[in-house]
Amino acid sequence: MMKLNSTGQLVLILVAVAYLLGVYFISSPVWMGFTINALIVAVLALSWNVTGGFGGLSSFGHAVLYGTGAYTSAILQVTYGVNAWVALVAGIAMAAAVGGFIGALAFRYGVKGSYFALVTLAFAEVFRICAASFDFTGGGSGLQLKLAPGISNIQFADRTVLYTFLLAIVVLVMLLTAWIKYSRFGAYLVAVRENEDAARALGIDTYRIKVLAMAVSGAFGGLAGVLYLQLWLFIDSSIAYGSSVSIEALIGPIIGGAGTVWGPVLGTLGLHLIGEGAKTLLSNAPGLNFVLYAVVLICALRFMPNGLVGLAGRIGPFAKKESKDA
Amino acid sequence: MLEVENLSKSFGGLKAVSNATLQVPEGSIVGLLGPNGAGKTTCFTMIAGFTKPDSGSVRLRGKDITGLAPHHICNLGMIRTFQIVQPFAGLTVEENIAVGAYLHHHERKEAMAVARDVGKRLGMGTLLDRPASALTIAGRKRLELARALATGAKLLLLDEVMAGLIPTEINEIVGIIRQIRDEGHTFLMIEHVMQAVMSLAETAYVLNQGVMIAHGTPRDLVRDPAVVEAYLGHGAAQRLQEDDHA
Repeated sequence: MMKLNSTGQLVLILVAVAYLLGVYFISSPVWMGFTINALIVAVLALSWNVTGGFGGLSSFGHAVLYGTGAYTSAILQVTYGVNAWVALVAGIAMAAAVGGFIGALAFRYGVKGSYFALVTLAFAEVFRICAASFDFTGGGSGLQLKLAPGISNIQFADRTVLYTFLLAIVVLVMLLTAWIKYSRFGAYLVAVRENEDAARALGIDTYRIKVLAMAVSGAFGGLAGVLYLQLWLFIDSSIAYGSSVSIEALIGPIIGGAGTVWGPVLGTLGLHLIGEGAKTLLSNAPGLNFVLYAVVLICALRFMPNGLVGLAGRIGPFAKKESKDA
Repeated sequence: MLEVENLSKSFGGLKAVSNATLQVPEGSIVGLLGPNGAGKTTCFTMIAGFTKPDSGSVRLRGKDITGLAPHHICNLGMIRTFQIVQPFAGLTVEENIAVGAYLHHHERKEAMAVARDVGKRLGMGTLLDRPASALTIAGRKRLELARALATGAKLLLLDEVMAGLIPTEINEIVGIIRQIRDEGHTFLMIEHVMQAVMSLAETAYVLNQGVMIAHGTPRDLVRDPAVVEAYLGHGAAQRLQEDDHA
């Protein structure tokens, strides 16, 4: 699912896979719980990766997609008693629609770069305030799902089953990401990132491509939000739409390698390991993990602009494939 | 193949192009000349749909395409290149060309095959796996051409593909353009390199201060007093003539 081009990348991915499988054997609830959280964030990171990584459309408000997925599902389940699976699909669809809408609005007026980041941030904040104010979103007290373990409710009593479920979803989203990367859509999205004028000249409807990217990103982000809801059975406005969600969405891909299939997952896992380590060492000073994230982010931007995957790509590169023509 | 009629565009109070009219017959190579700031590139951006003209019309194979978006126009078979080359710097040469090829080949495999084929035809076979950012200026100009060609467009608007090249590179690209033309493509090219225009273009238009001042074969144009004056300043034609007689 990904062209490896160095020993470094191979090792990096093997370590990640070994870790993800190792969680089954360590049988430590702490590790399991921590990795489960990281996997949900990884889905969100893969969502950001579509727009921010492939398309170069750096959103600073991916919480708007995450929260919309979570709230849509929660409202449908709590207020209307809809089945969790149906609510999941609805949450994904709604988040995709919101993503497409924001994209359509922003790109119609040619918003790009840091202005696009600001627009998305503004949307996330508006949604957060609305969610805290209206009754149908539970206002300030949020929404609580009934505890009812069972596969039909997407609630898993057994952590191992839950973990397997989430792992399968991450793999699925990675497969979709790989498909995007190697499709016409992905090539066009990268072309838009690299040079929008040239892309337009080559017959690409750049507006359509960007809006589509936002919708796809919305679908992934909404999925992450729904997964969070199904795990914790509770959301409120700051959990769903808080800016910390937006930060988590972008920091993993940037550190892992934006615009790659493995980067967002590796970055998220690595960061959470660092964050968790810091929490343990520094006796649970809340919020300190974000300080550490910031330090890691600055170092990453300075020393490995292409993320972990890019850095690993420089270690022991495989021989270039032979040019077929003389 | 391409008919441009009375195209005009003003930026603020400045008339960048006024009532420009030109025709490009199928299978020909037509030059668009003029001193710096004459409005050539503005003309191109309007023809290719990047800016809307204030008035006038552009017809491609008889179909009115005035004001259509660039991607529509590209789908209809006309494409522009950029004077300041615009490679997708982070991609390889092959991937760059493939972006163009994707227009009519939706499968990655096909698009890549077309890209390799076009790349080889333009003499970039050994560069296909290189990042576009590693190319020389001549390589980048060639890449612009390759990408445009890969879209399957039949009419190519080339904006100074030879500027900044050394004579041997110019000779190479002149040969390539002639070869592409013989394969059934049509060219409208903005060019300052007279060596190239003289050897390539069958006819040429001269634009000065936004107005078409002359049209004819390149050989006639260099003797046209209006053209000489546009390039060398007022009274230059007369002075030259006097020099000849002296």
